[in-house]
Amino acid sequence: MSANPIPVKIVVAGGFAVGKTTFVSAISDIEPLTTEAAMTKVSEGIDDFGDAKTKKSTTVAMDFGRVGLSEELVLYLFGTPGQDRFHFMWDELVRGAIGAAVLVDTGRIDQCFPAIDYMENAGVPFIVAINAFDGMLRHHPEDVREALDLPRHVPVVVTDARHRAAVRDTLVALVRHAMTMANAV
Amino acid sequence: MTNPEPDALQGLRVRPYMVTGGRTRSAVELPLEAIIRVTPEGQKAVDSLNLEPRQIVDLCHQPLSIAEVSAHLRLHLQVAKVLVGDLVHAGYLATHTASADATDRPDLQLLERVLDGLQSL
Ligand SMILES: Nc1nc2c(ncn2[C@@H]2O[C@H](COP(=O)(O)OP(=O)(O)O)[C@@H](O)[C@H]2O)c(=O)[nH]1
Ligand SMILES: [Mg+2]
Repeated sequence: MSANPIPVKIVVAGGFAVGKTTFVSAISDIEPLTTEAAMTKVSEGIDDFGDAKTKKSTTVAMDFGRVGLSEELVLYLFGTPGQDRFHFMWDELVRGAIGAAVLVDTGRIDQCFPAIDYMENAGVPFIVAINAFDGMLRHHPEDVREALDLPRHVPVVVTDARHRAAVRDTLVALVRHAMTMANAV
Repeated sequence: MTNPEPDALQGLRVRPYMVTGGRTRSAVELPLEAIIRVTPEGQKAVDSLNLEPRQIVDLCHQPLSIAEVSAHLRLHLQVAKVLVGDLVHAGYLATHTASADATDRPDLQLLERVLDGLQSL
């Protein structure tokens, strides 16, 4: 790697146990790492005498992986849970990101609603990737689009979080979509 | 979600901003994916640094993102950002990631390079 590689990032979002960590692991050059972030603000969280003024902080753990794309380019993939209470972290995660892949398990579609609402509101380019557990596609992608009330321009793809090639194709679909969005501006 | 050992994170749960003197911001604000690397000045200064900054400088003999520094040293992400920002400010670490702007997206040319990179995997 060059002395000064450029980092780019993609957010992998979705509900609990939908396959985010599996998805990141499948393509990462390194074993996924975990970092923790807390919401505590310093004015509330720190004082000289202990915790008296400390508000209860929310901690969120994020898994991330790293994919060397060339000598000068490194892609970071951040997998983060979709619950509303973690949105403080998403503001930071999506800033400067290429976009987001929102993973969906069609058995529990509603789990991805917060992630999709967030990405739509924040104007982040995103695609919906159905993680076909065991190769089983329980619902047709167009039915998923309808259930999620997605605009036509948002791609819905089928992926397999365990397979590198499927994960790569999903990321390619997202980058292409981000390029379309960038062109449209 | 991988749940790290609770014991290993004990230090994180106890007032994470102690090592930054309570600050949640640094003079240099960097995104969590910013890649940093030690400078010659940093190498010279390393022995004079406090524990956590020294660990960061030692770790960054290879280019690493702030997120990786945070994970490897088990520092809260925001804490790692403040410490790294301070070290960049002091000239001990270098980064060539511009500070992120609220709506900044990678431009088309960069997206093109990402696409090429992914397709060649
Ligand atoms: N059979 C099957 N299992 C999967 C698939 N994707 C994830 N899993 C499993 O589902 C569980 C949750 O996956 P994980 O990646 O940890 O989900 P996360 O909570 O979204 O990070 C793990 O036991 C995975 O091994 C898949 O496509 N097929
Ligand atoms: Mg996970």
